[in-house]
Amino acid sequence: MLELLWIVPALPFLGFLILALIGSRMPGKTAAAIGVASIGLSALLTVFIGINFISSPPAGRVYIQTLWEWFNVAGLNPGIALRLDAVSLTFIFVITFVGFLIHLYSVEYMEGEEGYSRFFAYMNLFVGSMLMLVLGDNLVLLYLGWEGVGLCSYLLIGFWYKDPANGYAARKAFIVTRVGDTAMAIGLFILFTELGSLNIGRLLEVAPLNWPVGSSMPVLAAALLLGGAVGKSAQLPLQTWLPDAMAGPTPVSALIHAATMVTAGVYLIARMHVIFTLAPVVLTIVGVIGALTLLLAGFSALTQHDIKRVLAYSTISQIGYMFLALGVGAWSAAVFHFMIHAFFKALLFLGAGVVILALHHEQNMFKMGGVRKMIPVTFWTFLIGSASLAALPLVTGGFYSKDLILFYAFDGERANRWLYAAGLLGALITALYTTRMVLLTFFGEAKTHLHHKPTWIMEMPLVVLAVLSTFGGFVELPHTLGHLTLFSDFMQTILPGNQVAEGGISTELILQLTAAVTAILGIFIAYMLYYKNPERVTALRRSAFGSRLHAFWKKGWGFDWLYDTLFVNPIVWIAEVNKSDFIDLIYTFIAWVNRMFNRAFSFTQSGRLRWYAMGIALGAIITLTIAVFL
Amino acid sequence: MILLWLIAILMIGGIAAWAAAKWNVMLARWIALIATLINFVLVIMLWVQHSGGLTLGANAPWLLDFRWNWIPSFGISFHMALDGMSLLLILLTSFIGVLSVLTSWTEIEYRAGFFHFNLLWILAGITGVFLSLDLFMFYFFWEVMLIPMYFLIGIWGHENRIYASFKFFIFTQASSLFMFVAILALYFIHGKNTGVYTFDYLQLLGTVFTPKAEMWLMFGFLIAFVVKLPIVPLHNWLPDAHTEAPTAGSVVLAALLLKTGAYGILRFVIPLFPHAVRDFQIPGMILGAIGIIYGAILAFAQTDFKRLVAYTSVNHMGFVMLGAFALNELALQGVVMQMLCHGISTGALFILVGALYERIHTRDLNKMGGFWDEIPRMGAVGLVFALASLGLPGLGNFIAEFLTLTGAFMANNWITAIATLGLVASTIYSLRIMARVFYGRKPKVEKHIPDFNVREMIIMGALILSIIWLGIFPHPVLDTSRPAINNIIRTAAAKGSVSQLEKPGTLLPDKAGQVQFAGKNEKGGAR
Repeated sequence: MLELLWIVPALPFLGFLILALIGSRMPGKTAAAIGVASIGLSALLTVFIGINFISSPPAGRVYIQTLWEWFNVAGLNPGIALRLDAVSLTFIFVITFVGFLIHLYSVEYMEGEEGYSRFFAYMNLFVGSMLMLVLGDNLVLLYLGWEGVGLCSYLLIGFWYKDPANGYAARKAFIVTRVGDTAMAIGLFILFTELGSLNIGRLLEVAPLNWPVGSSMPVLAAALLLGGAVGKSAQLPLQTWLPDAMAGPTPVSALIHAATMVTAGVYLIARMHVIFTLAPVVLTIVGVIGALTLLLAGFSALTQHDIKRVLAYSTISQIGYMFLALGVGAWSAAVFHFMIHAFFKALLFLGAGVVILALHHEQNMFKMGGVRKMIPVTFWTFLIGSASLAALPLVTGGFYSKDLILFYAFDGERANRWLYAAGLLGALITALYTTRMVLLTFFGEAKTHLHHKPTWIMEMPLVVLAVLSTFGGFVELPHTLGHLTLFSDFMQTILPGNQVAEGGISTELILQLTAAVTAILGIFIAYMLYYKNPERVTALRRSAFGSRLHAFWKKGWGFDWLYDTLFVNPIVWIAEVNKSDFIDLIYTFIAWVNRMFNRAFSFTQSGRLRWYAMGIALGAIITLTIAVFL
Repeated sequence: MILLWLIAILMIGGIAAWAAAKWNVMLARWIALIATLINFVLVIMLWVQHSGGLTLGANAPWLLDFRWNWIPSFGISFHMALDGMSLLLILLTSFIGVLSVLTSWTEIEYRAGFFHFNLLWILAGITGVFLSLDLFMFYFFWEVMLIPMYFLIGIWGHENRIYASFKFFIFTQASSLFMFVAILALYFIHGKNTGVYTFDYLQLLGTVFTPKAEMWLMFGFLIAFVVKLPIVPLHNWLPDAHTEAPTAGSVVLAALLLKTGAYGILRFVIPLFPHAVRDFQIPGMILGAIGIIYGAILAFAQTDFKRLVAYTSVNHMGFVMLGAFALNELALQGVVMQMLCHGISTGALFILVGALYERIHTRDLNKMGGFWDEIPRMGAVGLVFALASLGLPGLGNFIAEFLTLTGAFMANNWITAIATLGLVASTIYSLRIMARVFYGRKPKVEKHIPDFNVREMIIMGALILSIIWLGIFPHPVLDTSRPAINNIIRTAAAKGSVSQLEKPGTLLPDKAGQVQFAGKNEKGGAR
């Protein structure tokens, strides 16, 4: 069964190929069927492979399938080879399964759009690339997937290409992430130069043998890999592209900019955990970046008007939690939160998509309101997703996954009270903006009439994701509540565990209660502020300081302005000024000097006898003068 | 003997096409097409025939060797030989040759016979350059490709063609005079040392110089090659020549003519003057890095579509310079890949620009935009090659750049780290192509633009298939060039100290230790 692994990424690529070549000539229904079926079959196969992998695990808990040797030059010999283990299995399950649901949803969402088959072609290419990213057995193949998903992100953000703003957002996403990718590429050069291989298994094996903990090489390598990770996962300081990426169709935001691609950075760090463990400084930085990002993005989410931008900032913030988890060495907690987040965030985006479509492409939450009765299924599933995002205690998956991260941040082997405090504050903000979003969108009085009522094609994915984002959390229960460790046991076949300091159940209970109270408090405050007496918020926003802070947060803490001033404008200015290449002036000057001489000499060739006579006389005098005086 | 035919077919085909055009222009086109096609098939046959012997020939990389004493009294012989590297390059030449005839099918109407004569003679000159192992012959062919190219730009070019053709001619001619002097000096030094006066490359390889003489001679050769390559600040002929040339001229310039410079560095500069090259390693790599960054910034600023594509060559050839002076197998193999992939990807972009120009009669990016819905095939092709030029994995250019940069990083990490920033820079200008031509708003007044026709789709299909093939299965190419590259490294190292002989994989003694870890999977590698 495992040997069928290659078909999992091959199917989406095949779908892409068919759609890219003849998609525009087939009827829309056929194109959509091919697009959905390729991912659906892939997901089905993943489930079978997963069952097979778990029931009869291969030796060493890793299965490697080599398809062919990509290239082989002077010892650099990456293969087109797939690596299946607990981590990549979790990822491919989420990618194919959530990917399938989103593809299905898109059949209706994108109906009637120009470039319908092009959309599915790009989406299939994305899924294929994402699968290569997580299945790649060496970093070069991982890089292939890494760039491939970046490309698809670019193509899909700019899907509605006629609006230049979309194109700008798409280019911004590609270029900003490419800055990170370049750092990552240099990281790969270091790894190969120093360790002689880019095979993941081999790197993890030889790195500890060659590098002492904290020495400069692993620090450098890990820092550069982190550069790639923050770019792709939209963490500080390369987070600026993700809010703009919402220019793409909503299913794209759900799949690429929430569930899968943006968590690639988390995958990379978890995958290369040995290198990061050898560089504790960098690991701490990972945690700090996570904490700062989750707070910054949380505050920004609080001030957005556009529902998709709220969700975008929320995604940045939630990935911040994953980075925080990685930073405190809670590897499996990070992957766990990735999975739960993929479920509920995809659900929220898809739900938001229904609302947006229902209100005729309206994305401003202040122009929504009161739609809960018009689209009940969407409302209830959206509520479930929001509860999970806000980490409503006991009944949501988000509670268990976030609680695990906070627990390790407080009590794990790399515990850090500051990171814990940031996480806790973040939880409060999360609950706050989530509730605000739900209240503004679904409650209050209706402001517009219904434009499009979703059918089962759009509602079915919502229901499935709602179930998953609730019950998905129950595969890992804390000691205080049943103590189930299915997920972390599975992860720890690959990722190291995390020893918890002595403190016992009571500490854990206190932590859980704190987290629970925080979440409920957040929801309550939001309820009071945005539902009971919204005039208080309005007053706050109208005050001099409040309005400035609001604008500052809304614009994402001024990072765009900073980067424009520091990098974009100077480079564009230099390029514009030097458009005709100043070096050319040197050659133009040489040509000019020659032409001047030419003119000067041709001037003397006047054909007039007087001139020649004078020339001879002048020459004779000069020659004589030189002869006499020297 | 077959090597001689490769050149003769093109030269005869050129003359025949010129003559045939007196009766029928279509006949001239067909003759040119058939001549280039025969060449292409012959080279493919050569490749297939020798693919088995390639792995065996690690110590004697020459697959074919043809020698005829031409002027024995001066030591001039008609010496042509083929190794893996030149095989790949004539493969590229014959491939691009076919496509450049096809792409001129409707574009060239004025004096089409003479046009095809020039085109085929350029190709013949380039083939000769890639095959000659006698420096006199090499110089002869070096000039043969220059003059018809001058005509090509000057007669069939765009508005500013006279200026561009003069600039092209003066730059390349002035620089190749340096090489000519260096060749003569090499001839006399070798003659004085050994008593044998010869232009034969293989014999000249053994020449012993004083360090100063070696440095000067290296510069003599290098200057001719880096002008062709081109390297900043000697690149200024390129944007003008590329922009003003007719499509086939731009394609041949970018895809092939620039490669003669790269080939010259690999074939002559490194093996003949290894000490001087090693002394010049850091400046050489810095020049490469400057080319990468500077070319990209200039490409970004252009508003003339063709000029933009022209400057991308400056950017991409920077990688060749960087890799060539990194002097190790990884980087040099990357350079070979870069030559092929750049030939394909930039050739394709020039064909695209030319096709667009034929339709809308402008190259001004400000007058384009939003063309995707009207000409989706052109858009898709443009996308593929824009992605190739930004080095997207899965396409050949990625392999080239990745190998070059990895190898260069081993030689010097700081310069390479800066050069790697070129990946961001190339992304910016490549995406700009898509944004300005195919995406965004459509300009107001625009009549219907026809999409690629069958002939053009055949050209583009061939180019796309090759770039993807090079990207996901570059094995045959890398295996073909490996013996040749290792031979270059070995020849260069043999002139150096003994310690370098022991490590043929790299010329850099202090870095050689790192390869130890690779020991386990080195079976196909350097040793």
